[in-house]
Amino acid sequence: MAEKPKVAMYWCASCGGCEESVVDLAEDILFVVENVDIIFWPVAMDFKRSDVEKFADGEILVSMINGAIRSSEQYEMAQLLRKKSKIMIAYGACSHMGGIPSLANEFRKELIQNYVYSEAPTVSNPDETRPQPILKENGREVELPVLWETVRALDQVVDVDYYIPGCPPTPKILKNALVTLLSGNLPPKGTVLSPDVALCDECPRKDTKPTDLQFKEFKRPHLVEIDPELCFLAQGLICMGPATRSGCEALCIGGNMPCSGCFGPTSRVRDHGAKFLSSIASSVDAKTEPEIDEILNGIPDPVGTFYRYGLAKSTLHRRLNL
Amino acid sequence: MTNQGNNKDIRIGFYICHCGTNIASTVDVQKVVEFASKLPKVVVSRDYKYMCSDPGQELIQKDIKELGLNRIVVAACSPFLHEKTFRNASSQAGLNQFYFQMVNTREQNSWVHLDPYASTEKAIDLVRAAIYRVVYHKPLEQKRVPIHPDVLVVGGGIAGIHAALTLANAGKKVYLVEREPSIGGHMAMFDKTFPTLDCAACILTPKMTAVKNHPNITLWTYSEVIGVDGYVGNFKVKVRRKPRYINEDLCIGCLDCIEACVYKEGRFYDEFNLGLSKRKPVYIPFPQAVPLLVVIDPETCIQFKSGKCKQTCVEVCEPNAIDFTQKERIEEIEVGTIIIATGFQTFDPKKIPYYGYGTYPNVYTALEVERLINASGPTQGQIVLRDGTRPKSIAIIHCVGSRDKNTNQWCSRVCCLYSIKLAHLLKERTEAEIYNFYIDIRTPGKMMDEFFIRMKEEGIKFIRGRVADIYPDTSNGCCGKLVVKAEDTLVGEIIKVPVDMVVLSIGLEPRADAQEIRRMFNITCSTEGFYIERHPKLAPVNTFTDGIFLAGCCQGPKDIPDTVAQAGAAAAEALTLIDTGYIEIEPNTAFVLEDDCSGCKSCIPLCPYTAISFLEDKKKAFINEVLCKGCGTCVAACPSGSIVQNLFEDEEIFSEIVGVLNYTYHEEEV
Amino acid sequence: MMENKSNGNGQKEWQPKIVAFFCNWCTYTAADSAGVSRIKYAPNIRIIRVMCSGRVDPQFILDSFAKGADGVLIGGCHPGDCHYQEGNYKCLRRFRLLQRVINSFGIEPERLRLEWISASEADRVRVVVNEMVNQVKALGPLALPQKYEELKKEIEHHPVTSEIKEE
Repeated sequence: MAEKPKVAMYWCASCGGCEESVVDLAEDILFVVENVDIIFWPVAMDFKRSDVEKFADGEILVSMINGAIRSSEQYEMAQLLRKKSKIMIAYGACSHMGGIPSLANEFRKELIQNYVYSEAPTVSNPDETRPQPILKENGREVELPVLWETVRALDQVVDVDYYIPGCPPTPKILKNALVTLLSGNLPPKGTVLSPDVALCDECPRKDTKPTDLQFKEFKRPHLVEIDPELCFLAQGLICMGPATRSGCEALCIGGNMPCSGCFGPTSRVRDHGAKFLSSIASSVDAKTEPEIDEILNGIPDPVGTFYRYGLAKSTLHRRLNL
Repeated sequence: MTNQGNNKDIRIGFYICHCGTNIASTVDVQKVVEFASKLPKVVVSRDYKYMCSDPGQELIQKDIKELGLNRIVVAACSPFLHEKTFRNASSQAGLNQFYFQMVNTREQNSWVHLDPYASTEKAIDLVRAAIYRVVYHKPLEQKRVPIHPDVLVVGGGIAGIHAALTLANAGKKVYLVEREPSIGGHMAMFDKTFPTLDCAACILTPKMTAVKNHPNITLWTYSEVIGVDGYVGNFKVKVRRKPRYINEDLCIGCLDCIEACVYKEGRFYDEFNLGLSKRKPVYIPFPQAVPLLVVIDPETCIQFKSGKCKQTCVEVCEPNAIDFTQKERIEEIEVGTIIIATGFQTFDPKKIPYYGYGTYPNVYTALEVERLINASGPTQGQIVLRDGTRPKSIAIIHCVGSRDKNTNQWCSRVCCLYSIKLAHLLKERTEAEIYNFYIDIRTPGKMMDEFFIRMKEEGIKFIRGRVADIYPDTSNGCCGKLVVKAEDTLVGEIIKVPVDMVVLSIGLEPRADAQEIRRMFNITCSTEGFYIERHPKLAPVNTFTDGIFLAGCCQGPKDIPDTVAQAGAAAAEALTLIDTGYIEIEPNTAFVLEDDCSGCKSCIPLCPYTAISFLEDKKKAFINEVLCKGCGTCVAACPSGSIVQNLFEDEEIFSEIVGVLNYTYHEEEV
Repeated sequence: MMENKSNGNGQKEWQPKIVAFFCNWCTYTAADSAGVSRIKYAPNIRIIRVMCSGRVDPQFILDSFAKGADGVLIGGCHPGDCHYQEGNYKCLRRFRLLQRVINSFGIEPERLRLEWISASEADRVRVVVNEMVNQVKALGPLALPQKYEELKKEIEHHPVTSEIKEE
């Protein structure tokens, strides 16, 4: 029996949902096990970094990294896996575009650490202890990972071949991606492995959206009773579907929640948030500045709304007056 | 550079124009040439004294053929001026004309900046942007739009009349729409015209009648355009026809009804005579009115006010033409071209209170005096004051409401000459002493200054000085005279001239509703309200909206000869379009990438022309190219980037941004 | 690199660069007409012509900032005067929301300006451009490309070979 292709999986700044999504393959996991040899997957199996270092450069067929890159350790692992792999895949929204962790780019690292290590209501840290780059204990000196000022998507630190989008990617998308990669019939480098059409294309509520929609107010999903049939935008709820890649089978919509944009923009759009902003704002039903503002104030956090999964990969990347 | 296309066969030719010294004296042309020559894909970089000249264009064409250029960038004047020239030159050399990009280096650079260094840097940035951009250009075909042969002329003054007749004589069907009950406009109110002193009615009336009788002209008076849709070649126009309460097909213009009206005498403000006489509720505006149809004014007619009139007019009307139940009608017409000839209004001298107009009865406007002098006017041509006496001394005040930053800044162009004309006519009729108070005498034009000299020799007095005050003469228990006070700037002293009559030479202004009208026709006007021509010299009757032309004083103050010349020019422009049968328009329309469209419908309500529809079978948006006018709003708003605007594609604009900013960092942070 | 640095003249005053998106019918024409009238204004502006202010994609604005613009000026027809009826209103609505967004990114509101300048208001081009150049001068360079380079230093800082060291 010929040797099976080697696959590595790694977890950087993410919630763990992407790891879960692999398990969500359910019985299809057998397809994976049949066809590939998982040689590195710290969350599930006991491998060490030194195991990876032993591979020859390019010996691993595919490395799938989920999570954003925001520490020196994550960067090192990304570099290592890149070196050892033929194909590098950014797996999941954080790796693809920075994801939720990259919302940290709205703040300075110092502010985040202040909160996490002292101000948060659940924290008691009277000595104001903070992470140190060097730890001396039991006569040993350990260098600890450094938290970066800026959260980055995977392709902002290493060369990436493909992207599997989603928060997390759906089992269907993962399986399709694996089938494609194993087929040897590879798409052009840089391809996002989901349809390049916006979500409305596969949305079950597509027909309920009127052709003359104007926004008189914006509502927030937790404050209203949501009609389970009608297009969210027609209900005044921000739904990123028109600006976001499809391929997720409209799972959120099925759960009566609007799309929040985790699959990212289509290939024709450079800035997911700006393009969605443009489309939404254009249809605000007001002509004077105060009236326009009143309606738009119904979106209390535009950056958190339009760039929820993609601040790192947005045109401006982060807040700048550091 | 990651931001340029990857087509390796692109061969760009760059040319910069000196425009004599217009560009070259501020922009270091050699430096720009040298800079451009080093940019990727630039095969040749040249400068030339006048790129728009034949040798300049031939230079480009020779290079296209000999060097195999397939993209052309010219840095010269504004694209509004010569984009077409260079596109044509390129296309004659076998290149698709849209493989061309122009850099505005004169109007938006050398003419507005003084520092040669900064100006050259700016030119370099914009040249870089154009060279990056042109890489993305696509070969496009110009769209041809058919031209509906009918024409709408708005306004029935001398401009509209002349334009309509010119077109009708050329065999075109014309709709002439006039707001007032009769055509004729201001010219019909004048007595004689300068400098020839031929009578206005004698030259105008035959033209008015010709309009009425012309088989190709549909004349709608007492009517207003209330809506315009569509675009060049295919305008859909709505016209409101106000009720005259007279059946136009039955009225024979005998005027018996006016005679028979229960009002024995005129009681109401006569619009045509500016209130110098009174009219009845049933009236004609003036004896030579065209069409010669009476009008009933519902504001003053007893039948309308109380419903209890004896209706003597109805009794006397043999053809039974009077119809109190008439309603306004809306006509909808289709035309291919439109000529706007909506004219002017005169300055309201009440805005200058110290001239006493409206306070002192013997202060008149020049237009009122035109009516007084006119043989068919309120006094049958007798120059008498409101108390019936004949003035023995008259002051004519020039520049009232003109050339003054407190009122209107512009020179109204006709006032000097009509003042001189009125001076002559008043002197002829009254033998009064006439004083002209002027700032400058402006008499350009054929035979105009000769006219002025002749009038001066007749003994009319000219005093150089702006009038500061007009007040009643109370000295020695005097006599109702008015004192005109001014500084005679030639003598350098204050003078006070007592006169019987003051004539205010009021200036010309845009009509009060000029802004509404221009919005309706989608043309532009200055802040004052005069409509703006496409180019002050080379396209003086065109507007920025294709198919809409200007004639007469709506574009700016002018005299009758210029108005008629302009009306002829506007008619010729319309004829050119009609006889060509089509117009080529910029292919800057948008289209939907059908495979990429998700059918989110976000774009559909954004299009003011309803060019975007939703294809129910495919569940995708579709842009009707014929309806699309190419604003690009839907392109900017398409949330999935699935709409493209020709000539303004995203990549074309992004590459301009990279170019103007000289951005050299790599896109990705690898 | 930015022109102001490549001037090679250390003493020269820093000059902001402002990218302008002018609509074909009103503001671009006004800028032409400023030229015809020989009205002088600050040379810091780089005009990109679009048919309508409605074509101005917020991506263009963010991209201009990211690629080194110190300010972005949008010029359109006055409300009610749009050559395409309502494109300027769409621009205004996007502008209002985009102002909040760029603010969250730490970009001062004065760096993004929307002005209605009709074809006849040539002098208004001068007033607006000069005013904006002065405001942006007072704010200083935005210099995002340089700031991004600076931020990248934290990536290069750490070598791949950190190992647990025995003392």
